[in-house]
Amino acid sequence: MRNAILPSDPFNLIIAGVGGQGNVLASQVVGNMLMEKGFTITIGETFGASQRGGSVMSHLRISAGLTFSPQIPRGSSHLVVSLEPTEAIRVLKDYGNPGVSVLCNMRPIHSVGVICGEMSYPSREDLEKWIRMLSKQAWFVDTTDAAMKLGNPVFGNIMLVGALAATGILPLDRETFKNVISRTMTDTKVEMNLKAFDQGQAMLSN
Amino acid sequence: MSYVVNGESGRKYLLRGNEAIARGALEAGISVAAGYPGTPSSEIIENLAEASKERPLYVEWSTNEKVALEVAAAASFAGLRSLCAMKQNGVNVASDFLLHLAITGTRGGMVLLPCDDPGSLSSANEGESRHFARLVEIPLLEPADFQEAKDILKWAYELSESIHNVVMVRSVTRLSHASGQVVLGELPRTEARAFFRHGENIMDTLNGAVVTLPVVPRHIQQQEKLKKVVSFFEDSPFNTYSGPPSPELLLITSSVCSLYSMEAVRILGLENRVGILKLGTTWPLPPKLLERHLALTDRILIVEEVISFLEDNVKILAAESAAKVGIKTFYGKSDGSIPSTGELNPDAVIKALMRILQIEYRDMPDDYAQKAGEIALIGAPGREMTFCPGCPHRASFWSIHNALEMDNRRGFVCGDIGCYSMAIFPTGFKTMKTQHAMGSGMGIASGFGKLGMFGMDQPILAVSGDSTFFHAVLPALVNAVHNKSDVILVVLDNGGTAMTGFQPHPGLAVDASGNEVPGIDIARVCEGIGAYVRTCDPFDLEETQRTLLEMMENRQGVRVLILKKACALSPERKNKRDYKMSVDETVCLGENCGCNRFCTRIFKCPGLIWNKEKGVATIDEAICTGCGVCTSICPAGAIKKEVA
Repeated sequence: MRNAILPSDPFNLIIAGVGGQGNVLASQVVGNMLMEKGFTITIGETFGASQRGGSVMSHLRISAGLTFSPQIPRGSSHLVVSLEPTEAIRVLKDYGNPGVSVLCNMRPIHSVGVICGEMSYPSREDLEKWIRMLSKQAWFVDTTDAAMKLGNPVFGNIMLVGALAATGILPLDRETFKNVISRTMTDTKVEMNLKAFDQGQAMLSN
Repeated sequence: MSYVVNGESGRKYLLRGNEAIARGALEAGISVAAGYPGTPSSEIIENLAEASKERPLYVEWSTNEKVALEVAAAASFAGLRSLCAMKQNGVNVASDFLLHLAITGTRGGMVLLPCDDPGSLSSANEGESRHFARLVEIPLLEPADFQEAKDILKWAYELSESIHNVVMVRSVTRLSHASGQVVLGELPRTEARAFFRHGENIMDTLNGAVVTLPVVPRHIQQQEKLKKVVSFFEDSPFNTYSGPPSPELLLITSSVCSLYSMEAVRILGLENRVGILKLGTTWPLPPKLLERHLALTDRILIVEEVISFLEDNVKILAAESAAKVGIKTFYGKSDGSIPSTGELNPDAVIKALMRILQIEYRDMPDDYAQKAGEIALIGAPGREMTFCPGCPHRASFWSIHNALEMDNRRGFVCGDIGCYSMAIFPTGFKTMKTQHAMGSGMGIASGFGKLGMFGMDQPILAVSGDSTFFHAVLPALVNAVHNKSDVILVVLDNGGTAMTGFQPHPGLAVDASGNEVPGIDIARVCEGIGAYVRTCDPFDLEETQRTLLEMMENRQGVRVLILKKACALSPERKNKRDYKMSVDETVCLGENCGCNRFCTRIFKCPGLIWNKEKGVATIDEAICTGCGVCTSICPAGAIKKEVA
């Protein structure tokens, strides 16, 4: 069934964000898509108490055939996909390395420390500059804004999956995406999610 | 994406550990499952409850873990296979019955499945269930990956029926909440019939009454069962060795730590120097298997999470077998190679191996680590835990905080665990001053409420969730009424067991499988035991504060205030906005207002943010839930709500 080769084995993908952004769903969708392609997938997820406005992170280990630890070792991520820019930096501090790629949704979610003025939220220019400094290549997109135009900010995660497919780093395509979501979603939901996926894919192609 | 019931036998699926466990229980042909919600265990019962809609299966969310274990035991006594799932705290609650159950033994196969949470990723303690297995003398199994999480269940039921006792199968967060590949087996047809045999001979454990007396002869029976377990464990397929025939170091591990260990050995390229003995049967340890592996080398590293269990038991065996296997040097908790707190990961095992074998390894280039650290300091502002936008708890604690301030006698809140534990943080205005086990807030408040005779005149409040009320608050509330304690219980009734994903509880008119059942009214229960009871909508800040203040100042004895509003994430409120919120920028005076940015500095709802450029508060449309509460806190009246 396997028809693609991984850039490395295991390939370590981190999907990060803030509780409520749909991080867990994105990681399950990507995991199932890659499994469909014949890879062995292990996903470690942080949810529970941490989902209440806290940082959340999924660790995906993608391999030709081995089950790896649900936690990626320090400094060894290959690709970081972040639903929130400061979360990308938080992940890079522990799991980054000079060869890592980053795909990031730039819509900020202010923590309470920022809201009350104890901490300040960095500018978009600084965030992009820092993420570039800490990665080999980086893509910046605005999926939350596009998702809100589509009717619900929660589609931001699926748009990011579409954008992830467009990077070409992993063998992810529209048909597999459709197969995976069709197993559990109603037709109307599948249609909305495909639209979100397509828009996300287009963000990188344009 | 649940394939727990409908997945095809022989096919591979990506399953969460908890889904694999639920599937394993179904493949083993269980008839009854019971539990109490608790992260990271809740999805086991949830998945089985879903399955109960299609299969002959009874599943319940019980009032608490002790009752859950009793319900599951009844099924076993009637000859059925049963499962009881809970988080590690639950085993403490259930332990009184567990000790008795371990003595009487079981009939139909019975598995107790606790999910521990090393590192307290979503717990209020780092307690462990493994030690209970040794304490009450029952077998302990620990699956190490996703396939094993399913397969070990079937084996556990066979073991339970061979020895006629309950078997503990222990999972952890990083297995229960992680996902991996699982090849499914067949789901059997179950046509079990329930019948409880209670013949005259009480020493006949399979046909007589199920009792612990006479204790000592029964205890002897129980220990004989445990001896029998050892012979099964010697040949268990869940104990495996990988590595060279004569390793320099033998690493002994269990559970998800075996995945960390394998990865660490692989990263350091030590496959020819380090052997890994992965144990799936961790109590009682199989001595012959251990002796065979201890004989391979003189240096042993034990890798396990939180306090030592495996390490102690292996050391005892090694001491007893010293004549056969020789003197060993042990590494693990006692020499500091492996930490005794927090969860492990591959990095922790790498560190231990570097230290023991004196090898070098760099996980991140120094200059990158320094640069990333410096950037993160300014580029990744901390994200402390907070109540969600639209959470009724923020409004409730705001009112509690204000009422206590207005009362001005330095009153305080006693609490326990749940989302509302966050009232110890600024998001709950730091109103909660004691925080322990479920129900402890009420019990401690009951005690504080009797200290008036020693001059204590501070108002004493306790808080409880609606699910917690039934779980463990009720006995403490009865205690307070009976002993004439002066205390106010505030029930934060958000319509479900919210923190763990809205599992129903006895207060609701629906059960785990979605059937209609009688819901028990909290207000009527409290009135029935003699408390003064009031109910308010916490989003009505004025009315709530007035009621609370009146309760504090004009009344004595046990008073109960029920603050009723569904959780913002509940199916009832999710994606539905009551109001469209906006800030009138011509009215908001920003830093120039005497309020000192009250809304964003004190109230701190994540949906209400500060626009630095314009110097005004602003609504974050992406996350605001439109609850409308902030309208009533702005002194300038700048926050507008419009019916959505």
